[in-house]
Amino acid sequence: MDLAATIVLNGLTLAALYFIVASGFSLIFGLMRVVNMAHGAMYMVAGYVGYSVFEPLYDRGAWYAWYAGLGVGVAFAAAFGALVQKLLLGWMQGQELRQALVTIGLSIIVADQLLAVYGGTPRQFFAPDAIFGSTQVPGIGGYPTFRLVQIGIAVAVGLGLWLVLNRTKLGMMIRAGVDDRQMLGACGVNVPLVGVAVFSLGAALAGLGGVIGATAQPLAQGADGRFLLISLVVVIVGGMGSVTGTALGAVLIGLAEQIGQAMFPTYSVILTFVIMVAVLALRPQGMLGRA
Amino acid sequence: MRSAAATWSLLGVLALLALPWLLAQVLPAGQAQFWTANILGRAIVFGIIAMSLTFLATYGGFVSLAQMMIAGVAGYVLAIFVDGAVPRIVGGLGYSLAVPLGLVAATAMGLLVGAISVRTRDIYLLMITLALAMGVFRFVETNIAWFNGYEGIRNVVGPAMPGFDVRDPMVFYHVALGTAALLYFGVLYLVRSPFGLVLQGIRDNPRRVAALGYSVALHRIAAFGVAGFIAGCGGTLSTIYNIGISPGTIGLGATVNVLIMSVIGGLGHPVGAFIGSLIFTVFDTFAATIYDRDRFNTLIGLVFLVIVLVSPDGAIGIGARLRRLLAAGRR
Repeated sequence: MDLAATIVLNGLTLAALYFIVASGFSLIFGLMRVVNMAHGAMYMVAGYVGYSVFEPLYDRGAWYAWYAGLGVGVAFAAAFGALVQKLLLGWMQGQELRQALVTIGLSIIVADQLLAVYGGTPRQFFAPDAIFGSTQVPGIGGYPTFRLVQIGIAVAVGLGLWLVLNRTKLGMMIRAGVDDRQMLGACGVNVPLVGVAVFSLGAALAGLGGVIGATAQPLAQGADGRFLLISLVVVIVGGMGSVTGTALGAVLIGLAEQIGQAMFPTYSVILTFVIMVAVLALRPQGMLGRA
Repeated sequence: MRSAAATWSLLGVLALLALPWLLAQVLPAGQAQFWTANILGRAIVFGIIAMSLTFLATYGGFVSLAQMMIAGVAGYVLAIFVDGAVPRIVGGLGYSLAVPLGLVAATAMGLLVGAISVRTRDIYLLMITLALAMGVFRFVETNIAWFNGYEGIRNVVGPAMPGFDVRDPMVFYHVALGTAALLYFGVLYLVRSPFGLVLQGIRDNPRRVAALGYSVALHRIAAFGVAGFIAGCGGTLSTIYNIGISPGTIGLGATVNVLIMSVIGGLGHPVGAFIGSLIFTVFDTFAATIYDRDRFNTLIGLVFLVIVLVSPDGAIGIGARLRRLLAAGRR
């Protein structure tokens, strides 16, 4: 019983990380129709840049080291995303395949430059004392506090996204843009600027995932491919451009991965893809996607 | 126009057949062999895999990122079943049986990928095929029982008969070239057959094709099967070229490399795949002299980015534009 509960909790904490990363991917795709193949690269950039701020501060014993790393990593990813949209993708709006190819090219260059600058050694953040150590969870016993915090952050991200999308003017513009870009522009909204804002927000979420992920487990080269794949699968399963769908997809994939690894370790990947194929066969637009 | 292209292609193949001897005349012996085996041979092998993508993209409008994975399926099945591979997974078959088995597996995987993605188009198709490719990669990497996990399977040396040793660069080069030429002309023939015409109809307007009474789904799946077979041929050759196969050869990097080759060469004609793979291989080999050996990915990434930004139809497009410019100048 203990084991089952631990596996489920592991699945949920993993799902929390997947949700944070994939929600950014889904957001960018929802409004811009851009498949951001550099999403994994943005995850990795934020992790490494954040770490290079975190490390010297941590060595000096500053209590705010982790928060500074988090802030800088997320800000860097956001700025990077805004630049990508402004300089490269903005002027080829509507050419979806070409945009996907551009982001693939970017991800190759970014991953290679990260390897050049930071080398192949894995990095891992140490969470601040307040959220370090373990917490007693009823029915399980001691469980890493940070992983529980991870769930909290994911819930906050989900709620925040929902509030931004449904309760603010920006959200209103974003939703209007999903339905009809041209009409939105005709209403006097600066659609390209909304695009930059959305891309930047999506990249910031990838960055948030990067720092959080690098705190929960070591960050190493190759993380970009892993998290790009996760984002793809979660969004395909959950439905394109739907926050709730992304959450559902993340929980499903996170649980499937943990349960699969516990029950049939070397075949666990198959379970994830059986889910994906089943969803595609029954609902090509994803579980909660709009047709 | 079409037949002129075929004639030029035939001349090109003949020139390539003779190229190793020409190289041997011009270059010192070691260098000529290096060019034959490590640049031309490799470019042709990867050109075949890239052509399976170019075929799908040019005539069906499907940009599939699963082609390198499908090539890997052929390679892995070959390595699993052939005698002499290390470690021995199943073994017991000679190359004359293991190679066709690999090709059948690759074709089946192609059909499967086509069936799974049959209701999607454009970037959705791109995402799903990439997800499938990465899924197989991670499965192969973590599974020891069948694929020997991270290490992969070594010592797939290729068939050896008296007077015909695939490990001889000259023999390998000509086998690869012959395979590539057969597949290339096969594709050119196929796209002018009724099947190919329906495929191009699906690319331009699937609803109309469906209204004419053709099954869009079946034609799409069949096209993926054909592409799977082509990729499988490339995968078999590359496995023999590399004397084995490991998960790295079907990872994200390799998958993207195939896309880069196709795009650099140009998605518009099957020949683009080979032009692209040659450019890629030359860059790969001489990156050390141009920029920095370890930063090859940055270099090729930049080239790819520039091509996508400036000339989305690749080297073929640049060539066509130059020809038009020259023709305009003459007038």
